[in-house]
Amino acid sequence: MLIVMSWLREYVEGLPPARAVADALIRAGFEVEGLRGVGGDVSGVVVGEIVDFEIVETKKKAVRWCQVRVAGGEAPSASGVRGVICGAHNFAVGDRVPVALPGAVLPGGFAITARKTYGHVSDGMICSARELGLGEDHDGILVLPPSAPLGADITELLDLADEVLDIAVTPDRGYALSVRGIAREAATAFGLPFTDPGAPPSESAASGATAIGAAYPVVVEDTAGCDRYVARVVTGVDPAAVTPLGWSRRLSLSGMRPISVPVDVTNAVLLGLGQPLHAFDRAKLTGAIVVRRAEAGEKLRTLDGVERTLDPEDLVIADDTGPIALAGVMGGASTEISAQTADIVLEAAHFDPISVARTARRHRLSSEASRRFERGVDPALAPVAAATAVDLLVELAGAHPAPGVTDLDHRPVVAPVLLPLREPERLAGRTYSAEVVRHRLADVGCTITDAATDGSAAGAGVLVVTPPSWRPDLTRPADLVEEIMRLEGYDTIPVTLPLLPAGRGLTPAQRMHRAVGRALAYAGLVEVLTLPFVPADAADALSLVADDKRRLAVRVANPIAEDAAYLRTTLLSGLIAAAVRNIGRGQQDLALFEVGRVFREQPGAPVRVPTPPVDRRPSVEEIAALDSVLPKQARHVAALLTGRREPAGWSAPGREADWADAVDAAQVVAEAVGITLTVTAGDAMPWHPGRCAELSVGGRLVGFAGELHPRVLGDAGLPPRTVAMELSLDVVVEAATAAPPVVAPVISTYPPADRDVALVVPAQVPVADVTEALREGAGDLLESLTLFDVFEGAQVGAGQRSLAFGLRLRAGDRTLTAAEVNAVRDTAVELAAQRTGAVLRT
Amino acid sequence: MPAPGETVDPSRVHALDPDQLAAAVAAARESIRTAADLDALAAARTAHVQGAAAPLVLARRELGALPREERADAGRRHNAARAEAQAAYDTRLAELTAERDARVLVEERVDVTLPAARRRRGARHPLSSLSDRLVDVFVAMGYEVAEGPEVEHDWFNFEALNMAPDHPARSEHDTLYVEPTDSGRVLRTHTSPVQIRSLLDRPLPVYVVCPGRTYRNDTIDATHSPVFGQLEGLAVDEGITMADLRGTLEVFAQALFGSGLSTRLRPSFFPFTEPSAELDVQCFACRGEAAHQPCRVCSDEGWIEIGGCGMVDPNVLRATGVDPARYSGFAFGMGLERAAMIRHDVREIRDFVDGDVRFGLPFGIEV
Repeated sequence: MLIVMSWLREYVEGLPPARAVADALIRAGFEVEGLRGVGGDVSGVVVGEIVDFEIVETKKKAVRWCQVRVAGGEAPSASGVRGVICGAHNFAVGDRVPVALPGAVLPGGFAITARKTYGHVSDGMICSARELGLGEDHDGILVLPPSAPLGADITELLDLADEVLDIAVTPDRGYALSVRGIAREAATAFGLPFTDPGAPPSESAASGATAIGAAYPVVVEDTAGCDRYVARVVTGVDPAAVTPLGWSRRLSLSGMRPISVPVDVTNAVLLGLGQPLHAFDRAKLTGAIVVRRAEAGEKLRTLDGVERTLDPEDLVIADDTGPIALAGVMGGASTEISAQTADIVLEAAHFDPISVARTARRHRLSSEASRRFERGVDPALAPVAAATAVDLLVELAGAHPAPGVTDLDHRPVVAPVLLPLREPERLAGRTYSAEVVRHRLADVGCTITDAATDGSAAGAGVLVVTPPSWRPDLTRPADLVEEIMRLEGYDTIPVTLPLLPAGRGLTPAQRMHRAVGRALAYAGLVEVLTLPFVPADAADALSLVADDKRRLAVRVANPIAEDAAYLRTTLLSGLIAAAVRNIGRGQQDLALFEVGRVFREQPGAPVRVPTPPVDRRPSVEEIAALDSVLPKQARHVAALLTGRREPAGWSAPGREADWADAVDAAQVVAEAVGITLTVTAGDAMPWHPGRCAELSVGGRLVGFAGELHPRVLGDAGLPPRTVAMELSLDVVVEAATAAPPVVAPVISTYPPADRDVALVVPAQVPVADVTEALREGAGDLLESLTLFDVFEGAQVGAGQRSLAFGLRLRAGDRTLTAAEVNAVRDTAVELAAQRTGAVLRT
Repeated sequence: MPAPGETVDPSRVHALDPDQLAAAVAAARESIRTAADLDALAAARTAHVQGAAAPLVLARRELGALPREERADAGRRHNAARAEAQAAYDTRLAELTAERDARVLVEERVDVTLPAARRRRGARHPLSSLSDRLVDVFVAMGYEVAEGPEVEHDWFNFEALNMAPDHPARSEHDTLYVEPTDSGRVLRTHTSPVQIRSLLDRPLPVYVVCPGRTYRNDTIDATHSPVFGQLEGLAVDEGITMADLRGTLEVFAQALFGSGLSTRLRPSFFPFTEPSAELDVQCFACRGEAAHQPCRVCSDEGWIEIGGCGMVDPNVLRATGVDPARYSGFAFGMGLERAAMIRHDVREIRDFVDGDVRFGLPFGIEV
């Protein structure tokens, strides 16, 4: 909302400079986003009178050599007359005009000097409206009214210097979308008297008009949608009338283009008082005005030229021809006023905010009117606003007010709010005296009676507060408390801390989430948080099979982009995109990880459930029902590595990441929460079928790790051998939470005995099986088992490989003898031989 | 050489003469002194002090040949000579050893300014670290951490938060809806639905802080992102006041931008709080002082707007079954990206989601 300071000052006398007003408004809850000075850059322009002029013919055009009298100032002649060249012809001898004297400055820092032109020394310049920053008019010079005093400073005379506040009004304060509303706040902030320009006239003044009867026949069929409808008629609008400079300037500065007197008048009332008005061309109306809901299929061409098909919920203004306006949103083309319009029916109404909001949204049509109705227009304002508009049309366009006022008033009674006097203190944490409470509520416009005295049931210590008509947002004690608190100043609220009961800290799951993130980072991976939106073919890009659950993607109804319409079902989509982006920017060696949610539809889940009301706590069943429509949103952790895992440098050539790094990253996650993942050969897309580790804990699948499938890598544009892992962090955390406490090992101080064995096993036997057999065979004396060499080649035969293990044995109670150690080794090898066909290599 | 016990003609055992011993010592000392390195020193010792052919060793053998009455004197003389030679040797040994050690250590010197990085550096995302850091502040005060789904039901995201379907504030939310459109499913526009879930799930009093990802229908550019992190706090108890909110926010602001900065509340509007306020923190860069302006951090406002807050609206309490006449509460929320952008001078919000490793690495792990 743009507020012109000179307009505001007209409503509130004695306001301090604009900066102070802005600060006070900010303090009262009105966010001033801008304070702009306008016209302040004009100086040295005064009122002059054309004493005489002669035509000077030049090659291109005729100009005038004018003698201009400028009383006061340092005129070159005693009579105060100076010669000025002027190219315009729209003035006559005796006219008063703005003259920029040498030394004057016009908008944009344009300095005026006396200079020789067309054979004369032009001792100044006669200005057009545009040259003074007054608008776009540059057809001729600005001719001032004869009453303009000679020599007067034009900036003072025309109120050129002004300031404009740009205020962001919150949606609860519809009243503040007007000079009237802001004026009340500004007056309150500085304790200045405020005469409400929107106050209803006193009974005696109003009765005169209403006694005459209706101005135009109006039928309100839907009194819930329109609880107030005022119509006034003016006739004989002068089509040649021009909006005076002061008004057109106000409108321009308020962000509205001056158009014609009737349009400008409705806009002036809209901006000044906050009442949207609509002007119908009376000659184009057929029959009575009817306010009703649209019938299905009815059409209306609105003022913006769009033909709209109406919804039965749309509230419309209609006449015998059908709908002629979308109530509270926009007028129709068929009854629009034009330059020829002489007779006008003015509508000042109050429409239901929700109805207007729905219609505006349905037709994607937001207007100055709808914006205000949605946020609440003062229902008491309609007759005042209509009268103000009529007065302006009479004054500015020579119109005649037709007798009579149509006023269909179906306003509900405003319910009073019972405010316990202690309620402000209960919410603010400081006391407000009863006097302050009353005074502040009165500032807002409330009327107050004491519950104790008016005999209501509320009792003593409770105020019965009736909010003003322009504050539909004040319906509860908390709303009134906010008014008291903000007007007294939030900075007067003390600073305290609540006394909390002892908290339990982070939950184990929350601690584990952090541990996982840190562990991966310390392991040399960089955390990313990618956008969770993926294209429709995200599952295809990963070559997921037809019945893969990761194909059950959730779709956004109004996506930001069509190629980002789905939510990820795997973190790999985002990691692959991030890796591609990094590589494109020259970073080849990457180790990325992400922790986040993936989203999956649950087939068979209900699609919609009834929503509980909000005036009570929902039942457990109702909450469960709401949750049941939501997709599954598991927390995952994933990593992707490509390029060198260990950096290349002066001391080492670096090492390329391989499948084992992916498995290791998965184990880093598990270790961070104190569990170990069981690794078996897996086969799941998007991994390489021969290089995919299936990871589980306690027999429960946790995820996969390994090299990505060459086809997936090729499609994504990632280097061959890129590896990745993805785990369900939820499953990891559940397993870790369920794990029993760690049992401390008994530390033996007896010496260890080391034995190495090389086993030749068929190549397809997983090492994990051999290891398992050795462990089991070695029994309790085994302290550690290390695989230190894997060898395939002619020496071990085709289809075979040699696995070299180091066994470290130790007893807790004695030094082991060589015979004991060898016996354990032999038992271990024997079990491995039995289970896996391993042969001891000698 | 005489056999032990054999009486020798004293004229033949001149090796034990004082002069002879002095000469032997002098020769030993000279040889030891001039030994250039440890090898030469070892050779000198063999030749003069310890070796079988060393004059001092030979002289010792001749002690027995002396008449008994002369033996004691000769023995003392020999011991003294021997000790002198040994001392010369020890001294030189120490010198040469020190010399050698110094030389070797110099030779073994490496350039310790060679890059020592043997492993790849990792980093946590700055928003994760920031979120943890702020959460810790509240956990230390006794708050617990509550979480909720990101695809949320309209009832939690709007209705229970006092935003009926036609509430004008809804239009400011640019909601991303989830298909099917009449399912009531939305990508949560704020972390506030977690307030509702917390009040429904937990016994009173409730003190929770809710970090999480939220969504708006904004195309990504330098200053807008469809996804952003929020941190929200909620306290519902008997006797909670706006003063408690102010105090809590001061602690919060200090955790975010450092101590000594004032905060201010500006009246504002949120459907789920009444009274409502915007929280401003004094600009940490210029502190509103003209001397430090122009200030790129706050555009010379002197204040940085960091979030919204207020007293929990009675309708919100009612929707969760909390008696607004008995309980009161405050809530506040802030955007993590905005805070991180201000704190760390991040120019483009998209850097947070692009995943470029150059962006994340400088933030390290435990910031």
